[in-house]
Amino acid sequence: MTTNESTERIPASLRTEALEQLLTERGLVDPNVLDAIITDYETNVGPLNGARVIAKAWTDPEYRRWLLDDGTAAIKELGFIGLQTEHVVVVENTPTSHHVVVCTLCSCYPWQLLGLPPSWYKDPAYRARIVKEPRKVLSEMGLELADEVQITVHDSSSEVRWLVLPERPAGTADLPEDQLVPLITRDAMVGVARIEPP
Amino acid sequence: MDGIADMGGTEGWGLTHPPRVDEPVFAEPWQGRAFALTLLSLQLAGWNVDAFRHAEERLDRRAYLGDGYYGRLLNAAELMLTESVVLAPSAIEARARNLHGERVAEPPVPQPVKPDYTPTAEGSLRTVHAAPAFAAGERVRAKNISPAGHTRLAHYVRGHTGIVVAIQPASVLPDTNAHFRGENPQYVYTVRFDSHELWGADAEPFALTIEMFESYLEMTA
Repeated sequence: MTTNESTERIPASLRTEALEQLLTERGLVDPNVLDAIITDYETNVGPLNGARVIAKAWTDPEYRRWLLDDGTAAIKELGFIGLQTEHVVVVENTPTSHHVVVCTLCSCYPWQLLGLPPSWYKDPAYRARIVKEPRKVLSEMGLELADEVQITVHDSSSEVRWLVLPERPAGTADLPEDQLVPLITRDAMVGVARIEPP
Repeated sequence: MDGIADMGGTEGWGLTHPPRVDEPVFAEPWQGRAFALTLLSLQLAGWNVDAFRHAEERLDRRAYLGDGYYGRLLNAAELMLTESVVLAPSAIEARARNLHGERVAEPPVPQPVKPDYTPTAEGSLRTVHAAPAFAAGERVRAKNISPAGHTRLAHYVRGHTGIVVAIQPASVLPDTNAHFRGENPQYVYTVRFDSHELWGADAEPFALTIEMFESYLEMTA
């Protein structure tokens, strides 16, 4: 068992700076590479990728069938298979069936589709409780589900990643794919929110 | 291993936090740097993601929780870099103190001792030629065991019976890969449990699925 006593006294920001100095001054880490990784996850690897998948599924019935039948292949076609997103299963939320995703053991998350996980997903309260009282937890988070809605919780304990295909909101039947994309939220693709009509 | 990381069903965490729209990817600059340094440190240490997750779960409560997700990555990266002897045990603390204006001696740069480990392919998916031991629709029980090392057999399903709903591609077994004792790829099963089986008669009605490596499961009588 390891004790990191230093975390009690030295702020994480300073310890991070120390680690960066120790690795860069020995030439083990290139500061430009470090900056490029940060920029990539701040700008490119994010929920817009997942939203593109969902918008395509909403507007292309054949793609929707493919996505639900073989999520990995259908997502690979759009280029979003990679680190922490090797194999994806897509599940569909409907008026009577609701899916929600968690990783109780760490915070596994489909990075290539949704970016890095948001703070609520990494929160111990979410990790601990969504597998035990999901209806109550979803209500706390602002999503009320009728009693007749069947809930399925997916605990991502292996390298399989889960993506929720949310319900397409009312009033969007005439919108083309590119105007649907901005409506689709990260939280709905994990299953803790609905997508609101525009 | 049993420990703080295995959070499913544990008590005492309070209410969840509702999602914030427009939450930044990295709320503070150090978090982005800690994340990127962690990714690069995995390569420097010659470790795999399973070994890294095992480093996370070996952190004490304060190191695991005290500075949130990115603090946890930083602390696990320190443990990983120390165990692979890329860094001396007190190197980060000494440098941080000096950055803080103290004048403390820093340990000499050590000679790295990386694990004898080379993955057989990229990623975690592998091909297994044997047939899967369990079939979709079959009733299975999660073994009631408490492995001392790394495992992805969450404690809250141990001893409980569920139904295989899908056979997923075979994958490197975290239990051995995390300790550099081989990839031992196995089929992974998505197993569905009823909430009452897991949490008793008064539980909310719902279903839960979790991925189980083949060796985590046994036949029901």
